[in-house]
Amino acid sequence: MNELLERIPKGPLLYVFVGVIGLLAIATVLGAVLARVKPEKDFTELNARIRSWWLMAGVFMLAILLSRAVSLLFLAFLSFLALKEYLSLIPTRRADRGVLLWVYLAVPLQYLWVWIDWYGMFIIFIPVYMFILIPVRMVLHGQTEGFLRAAGTLHWGLMTTVFTLSHIAYLLQLPEKGGTAGASLVLFLVLVTQFNDVAQYTWGKLFGRHKVMPTVSPNKTYEGLLGGMATSFVLVYFLAPQLTPLTRNESFVAGFFLPLAGFLGDVSVSAIKRDIGVKDSGSSIPGHGGVLDRVNSLTFTAPLFFHFLRYLHF
Amino acid sequence: MSPKRLFFALVVRPFLLVVTGFNVRHAERLPKQGPALVVANHNSHLDTVALMSLFPARLLDRVRPVAAADYFLKSGPLAWFSRNLIGIIPVTRGGRGAGEDPLASISAALEAGSIVIFFPEGTRGEPERFKEMKSGIFHLSLRHPGVSIVPVFLHGLGKALPKGAFLPVPFFCDVFVGEPLERLGEKEAFLAGLKARLEALRAEGTFPEWN
Repeated sequence: MNELLERIPKGPLLYVFVGVIGLLAIATVLGAVLARVKPEKDFTELNARIRSWWLMAGVFMLAILLSRAVSLLFLAFLSFLALKEYLSLIPTRRADRGVLLWVYLAVPLQYLWVWIDWYGMFIIFIPVYMFILIPVRMVLHGQTEGFLRAAGTLHWGLMTTVFTLSHIAYLLQLPEKGGTAGASLVLFLVLVTQFNDVAQYTWGKLFGRHKVMPTVSPNKTYEGLLGGMATSFVLVYFLAPQLTPLTRNESFVAGFFLPLAGFLGDVSVSAIKRDIGVKDSGSSIPGHGGVLDRVNSLTFTAPLFFHFLRYLHF
Repeated sequence: MSPKRLFFALVVRPFLLVVTGFNVRHAERLPKQGPALVVANHNSHLDTVALMSLFPARLLDRVRPVAAADYFLKSGPLAWFSRNLIGIIPVTRGGRGAGEDPLASISAALEAGSIVIFFPEGTRGEPERFKEMKSGIFHLSLRHPGVSIVPVFLHGLGKALPKGAFLPVPFFCDVFVGEPLERLGEKEAFLAGLKARLEALRAEGTFPEWN
C-alpha cells in the first residue's frame, strides 16, 4: 500500500493528471447538457466518445503509474491490437499465413529490445532485419503473384503500428533529466497528441468551412487545423518545460511541429482507409472506431518527438 | 459453476479476445432463450466457440453445437473435451441409410430448451467460401415449426484458423446476426432462401481480399 502511495505523482505530473480528469469531467457535463438542451440533435456518438475517453485515459494513466513493466506491456498490447487491426483491414494472401505469424512475432521482440534497453537493436530491428526477413520468408513458400504488394504492405504495417509506437515505450528508458522521468515524457507526448486531435476536431466542428484535404478526409478544414494547432501550441509551449527537458525555445519549435505531425499522421491513415474502402479501422472503441483510428496521430508524433528530444538532450 | 462455463471464462474468452476480437452487428437479434436454432456458415474450428462466446455466461450451459460424432468422439481426450467443455450434440453423418434418425439428438435438445448451433454446410470446406447447404436444417424446421432460426454470417475465422492449419493467426473477425427466418416454403426454396439471407448479411460488410 505504501509503495502505491509513493507512486502517486507529485509536482507537474500531478497537475496534469488532475487537469486531464478535470477536462474530461467538463466534457461529460457539457455532453449531458447538450443532449438535454437540444433533444432534437443526436449526441449519442459524442457521449460514447467521451465515455471511451474516460476509459482510455484511466487505463493509460494507471499503466504509467503502476510500473515500467506494466507500461511496456500495455504499449506492446496496443501495438499488437493496432497491427491486428491493420492486417485484418488490408488484402492479404492465403499463402502468407506463416509470414503473418513472423510479422506478429516482431511485436514482443521489439518491446523486448526496449525492456532490456538495447537501443541499437531497437532502432534497426524493424527497418533492417524485419525488412529482410519478410521477403525471405515469403520466397520460401514461392508464390510470386502479389509479392511486392504483400512485402510492401506488411512492412509498412510493422513500421506504423510497431516501430513508431514503440518509441513511446522507449521514452520510459531515457535517463532522468532535470527532474523529469520517462513517465512524464510519455504523458506529455500522449496528452499533447490526443489533445491536439480533440482541439482540431472541436475547432473544425465549430468554425470549419474551408476543406483542407477534400479527397482524403472531407471533415478536415483549415479552420480546424489552424485553430487546433494554435491551441495545442499554447499547451506545448507551457507544458513542455514542466514535463520534459526541452527549453523554452525548443518548446516553441515543438509547439509547431507536434500538432502538424499529429494532423499528418491522422490524414495518412485516413488515406489508407479510403484506399481500402472503409470508414473506421475497427469498432473496438465506442465512438472512436478502432484502435488504429485512435493512435494514427501518435504514429507520426511519437518518433518525431523522441528523436527531437534525444538529439537535443540525451 | 460448470466446467464448461469455467472453460469459457478462463480459456475461450481471453483467447478469442487476443486472437480474434469481434465486430458484432445486430447482437440484439441473438435468441435470449431456448429453444432456438442458430445457423451459420462454417470455415473454422473457431466458429463454434466464437458463436458460443456471444451468449452470456448464464445461458452458456444451454448453448450446444451440433457436431459430427465420427470426428469429435473418435478419440478419448477429444471426446471428453467435446462432451464436457463444449457440450456438443453428436450426430452421425450419413446415418440415414442405416435406418436411424440422424436428427433425433438435435430434436431432443431443442425439446429440452437448448439453443442449438448448427452449420448447414456440414463441414468447414474451403475457408471464406460458401458451400452447398445440406437439407438437415430444412427437416428440423419442419419438425419444430415453433423454434426460431437465426442466421449468422461469420467472416475472418477461416483466415485465423482454416481447415488443416495448426497455429491460429490473429485477425479481427466479423459476426453479422440476421433476423429470424420466416417460413421459406419447400426444401429447395428454404435452402436457397437461407443461403440468400447469409449472402445478404455478407453484403452488409466490406472485406479485404484473401486468396
